[in-house]
Amino acid sequence: MPIEVYLNQIASGVLTGLIYGLSALGLSVIFGVCKIVNFAHGEMMVIAMYAALLIFRWLGLDPLVSVPIVGALLFGFGYVMQAGLINRLIDVPDHMQFILLAAIAIAMVSGCLMIFGPDAQNVQLDYAYDSYEVGSLLLDKVRVFAGIAAIAVAGLLAAFFRWTWIGKAIRACGDNITGARVVGLNVKHLFALAFGLGSVCIGAAGCILLLLVDVQPFLAVEYTLLAFVVVIVGGLGSLTGALLAGVLIGVSEALAGLLIQPSLKSMFSFGLLIFVLLFRPQGLVGKRA
Amino acid sequence: MLKLWLAEVPPRGKLYLALLLAALLAAPLFVDGYLLSVLILVFYFAYLGQAWNIMMGFAGQLSLGHALYFGIGAYTSAALYVHLGVSPWFGMIAGGAFAAAIGAFIGALGFRFKIGGVYFAILTIAFAEFTRILVDHLLFVGGSGGFFLPISGRSSNDLWTLRGAPVMFYYVWLAFTVGVLILCRALLSSRLGYFWLAIREDQEAAQALGIDTFRYKIFAVMLSAALTACGGVLYAFYNNNLFPSAIFSINRSIDMLLGAIIGGVGTLMGPIVGAFILTPLGETMTALVEPLKGLGAKLDGIKQVFYGLCVVLIVVFQRRGVWPWLWRRLGLDRGEGR
Repeated sequence: MPIEVYLNQIASGVLTGLIYGLSALGLSVIFGVCKIVNFAHGEMMVIAMYAALLIFRWLGLDPLVSVPIVGALLFGFGYVMQAGLINRLIDVPDHMQFILLAAIAIAMVSGCLMIFGPDAQNVQLDYAYDSYEVGSLLLDKVRVFAGIAAIAVAGLLAAFFRWTWIGKAIRACGDNITGARVVGLNVKHLFALAFGLGSVCIGAAGCILLLLVDVQPFLAVEYTLLAFVVVIVGGLGSLTGALLAGVLIGVSEALAGLLIQPSLKSMFSFGLLIFVLLFRPQGLVGKRA
Repeated sequence: MLKLWLAEVPPRGKLYLALLLAALLAAPLFVDGYLLSVLILVFYFAYLGQAWNIMMGFAGQLSLGHALYFGIGAYTSAALYVHLGVSPWFGMIAGGAFAAAIGAFIGALGFRFKIGGVYFAILTIAFAEFTRILVDHLLFVGGSGGFFLPISGRSSNDLWTLRGAPVMFYYVWLAFTVGVLILCRALLSSRLGYFWLAIREDQEAAQALGIDTFRYKIFAVMLSAALTACGGVLYAFYNNNLFPSAIFSINRSIDMLLGAIIGGVGTLMGPIVGAFILTPLGETMTALVEPLKGLGAKLDGIKQVFYGLCVVLIVVFQRRGVWPWLWRRLGLDRGEGR
């Protein structure tokens, strides 16, 4: 096979991987601050995809344009979920929280199934088949847009956490909850904000992903697992780690699809996950806790 | 020994237990095919919940990948039967041993590398998903196209090859459910059981007392895996078709722990009570919305939505499960709810 085939495949893997990374950021923020493993991650992403789909059908808005709208919706959802439900259960054992979110996930995905049916649905964009030629590389226009949008949202989030007062306060809660309480931070409100912000990442990733794949309720579980893989490989709580690992997984999936068999691609991701869990549980970038 | 355990159950509890068992033994005489299948589903939930409970409820290790052991049992026994004509009972031994070995492997990896809590749960999911995709590509068990067991007439019951009518499966499932209950009771009053409880409550303290925590956690995984695999064997021969996407799916792993969570994690009767609550309610739900379907409503997921909400309610309001509460309500309170 000519080298261009590989390069093209790698490039498209990188761009898809950026979306994986953005979605995983959502999981990472929620875990890093609230210490909640969001088992309903993929389900929230599927809901975001359906929301973008409906906006496209009703208002004709490009899913990329609806990122802020869906992001705001998901923010509200995440805030309410943390403030109304999970905040009340901070003292329950880990496994119960885990199971609680898994149960919410089941209810959500089945709800989607009831409303939208099991068939795959997508948006038809007029630039869907355009592409850019960069040297000998052929890049799909949608993929390029998707990658740029993912980087933009991730950059905004990083800037928010780094430079705004609220961002710093949220990080303080994640670092040391007792310390945060002592200095008078409203921890419950900040937790809910963090869950909301994580949900914004999920919502944005869902909108962007809708450009590339058809939406279907049963994909939710796969997205959840994919985000787990990305976050653990990258290192929980690390923003750059999540993006890097997303790209790594995107490329490895693309190459596995090319070299071996597309249906085997996620086996590689899970293999990588098992490997990382065993030999570098803090992730590729993360620090040991 | 059985006498000794029964002595611990208050008289009224004995009465309830005997009545329940008698009712279940006689049930096939009175119920129709549909209700029989619902009761089998109840046993399915109760049995697998009990098996999962050994690992989580007794030894405190959360597994969210029990579909892996279930699938190993189902596929091993089905492959042995279809390709070599081996009886499912031998298949059960092989599948159970295989699952226990895999469980020991995963447990050893996880515990040796000190992967705890949430990470361990994700490790179990990863192994289950890995295997699902692998089996999708194993052509001698049908790959993703599914693996089918030959169905010979359902008129004659052959217990040796587990080919027969639903009534036979009903009694087999019932026997397994009762068997695993007795086994768990025995375990709880054994040395091993006390070690597990100690590890669950405080692993470091257990270690300080000289308990080899690594070893006993591995035992818990192995036993739980082997019992789950036996459930997989029964499932395979009762349903006669196996699809990797359904057998190894994470939803099955979650199904297995629903009964135990709702009934009460770590209790003996919890998984059984949970199964008796969940299944009939879920079926009623499905039946209730059936007429609405004619009006064009898509309501296929209603049962799952309902299960999900049940678990949310339990976690929020009755964290220890229904059984400890029911225990007091039934006037059985004479100490800890078991």
